[in-house]
Amino acid sequence: MNRPIHSPMDPSPRSRLIAAVLVITYAVLSLIPLAWIFMTSVRTPEDAIAYPPKVIAAPSAVGFVNLFTTRSRVSADELAALPPPANWVERTVREQQMILSGPSRFMDRYTNSLVIGFGSTILSIILGTLAAYAFSRFRVPGKDDWLFFILSTRMMPPIAVAIPVYLMFRELGLNDTHTGLILLYTVVNLSLSVWLLKGFMDEIPREYEEAAMVDGYTRWQAFVKVVLPQAATGIATTAIFCLIFAWNEYAFALLLTSGNAQTAPPFIPTIIGEGGLDWPAMAAGTTLFLLPVLFFTVLLRKHLLRGVTFGAIRK
Amino acid sequence: MSPTVHPQQGLSDKALAWIFVTPTILLLLAFNIFPLIWTIYLSFTNYRANRPGAEVVSVGIDNYQRVLNSEAIWESMRATAGFLCASITLQILLGFGLALLLNRKFRSHSFWSTAILLPMMLAPAVVGTFWKYFFEPQYGIFNYIVNFFGDFGSFTMLGDTALAPWAIVLVDTWMWTPYVMLLLLAGLRSIPPYLYEAAEIDRASEWTKFWRITLPMVLPFIVLAVLFRAIENFKMFDLVDQLTNGGPGSVTELASITLKREAFEKWRTGFSSALAIIMFVAIYGMSLVTVRFLERVKQR
Repeated sequence: MNRPIHSPMDPSPRSRLIAAVLVITYAVLSLIPLAWIFMTSVRTPEDAIAYPPKVIAAPSAVGFVNLFTTRSRVSADELAALPPPANWVERTVREQQMILSGPSRFMDRYTNSLVIGFGSTILSIILGTLAAYAFSRFRVPGKDDWLFFILSTRMMPPIAVAIPVYLMFRELGLNDTHTGLILLYTVVNLSLSVWLLKGFMDEIPREYEEAAMVDGYTRWQAFVKVVLPQAATGIATTAIFCLIFAWNEYAFALLLTSGNAQTAPPFIPTIIGEGGLDWPAMAAGTTLFLLPVLFFTVLLRKHLLRGVTFGAIRK
Repeated sequence: MSPTVHPQQGLSDKALAWIFVTPTILLLLAFNIFPLIWTIYLSFTNYRANRPGAEVVSVGIDNYQRVLNSEAIWESMRATAGFLCASITLQILLGFGLALLLNRKFRSHSFWSTAILLPMMLAPAVVGTFWKYFFEPQYGIFNYIVNFFGDFGSFTMLGDTALAPWAIVLVDTWMWTPYVMLLLLAGLRSIPPYLYEAAEIDRASEWTKFWRITLPMVLPFIVLAVLFRAIENFKMFDLVDQLTNGGPGSVTELASITLKREAFEKWRTGFSSALAIIMFVAIYGMSLVTVRFLERVKQR
């Protein structure tokens, strides 16, 4: 046989090169939108709407300043009569023919996202870990039906769920509260946390606990002192997936919150309304919103497949 | 859940199992099953959420008949079906192509696969908003790049009834091709190498190997990817709500957007509950198939 053997495990150098070129082309093209968002956040509003689009533009803090402040327009005479600006934030505002009138609501919305994200993640991890352990180790009657039921809750269109939940929250006084959204996100995330954690628990050999129980541990002690430390990576992975879901969620937040508990996703698109076509401010908000997710995605890269298939495919 | 808790020695596994499972089940009953039953009840009434005091009258299956006879609903179902077909076809083709290429394991392939995966983890609503900026006819980067490759003149992706459906397909494909790629890459890696070695001995061509080994072995993963994407895109709300909000006219008004309009803008709670139940039954059917399929894939 003269031909060299190339299984796909061992492709020829030339085919590898072609593959690399095509993949890198796709990757670069698909990352242009993200790069463009980051670049827009440090431009002036004029540069952001320049034609042809500028690849390189002078950096500007206007986007971030406008994101965190509210401003009002004043006439040139009024502006000239003012004392000199106290700091660079005020100066940046004045340069736009405006004066500072106060902080924007972005920090509030971002804080709401953090509170609701972490609150619901902690709850769904605690409940999910307990349920997953039970489903993994004990004979629960109708186990497969329960598990399918838990998964099927994720399949409902959010708007369909929002109709009765809106009415329910109205009765309970939970509309536009942090508690309401935390509870709702906990429930939506339970399906993911139970399924993922059950997969991780299944991988921990039963012998570990059995040995501990032979040594005199109760089942609970064995669970806390043997199983939980073993499942730590799985729990952390699951927690990050829950956090990203809650962080990104839009439909419930849009329909069930308004002034008080609104999170960042329904708020960010409205930034544009405050100052006309203020793309840099919106880009700044988007950048601050996306960066944590990008960081966690890179951190999770080995577990992504498992997370997005509810633990069905483990690689 | 403090580690120092000492339960009674007699706490049996059975008791512990119920203690562990009950909170989850209760929460799901309260926030999933109860609302579902409520929706079913509402779908048989004329209830309107913006008139809490009004008398609620049972209307039988009127709402269902109205949903199924509504031209607007059928139009939105057609828009949804078109969106599903176009986006999933594109994502499978691109995702499979990328998976095959990444499976060549060139140097730095894992770095680039992580880079490709980034869009899928982002918030569709937030990123969708920004695509409006890319699609701006005057200064948008998308229009600029398209015109760089050929003179298409001025066009408005989101304002043109012929182009707007493709705009949402494009953004959805940008976001979710990585997902399909990830799944199919796992499929490719699950193929045992000895199959290719055996084909090599039989002097099979690359083409034959692809059709006889690669494709059949990856097929379950392709079906899985189609099902997952179909469920997700049937529910799709956030991206379209931000990008087009159903417009121009109603060409991109997908099922979820119609549902939002009926339920939270026109406040036709009874009617929209009936629509929600119909959508739920359709998705539930799809998810049943998915779970059956998952079990079969898992056995491999």
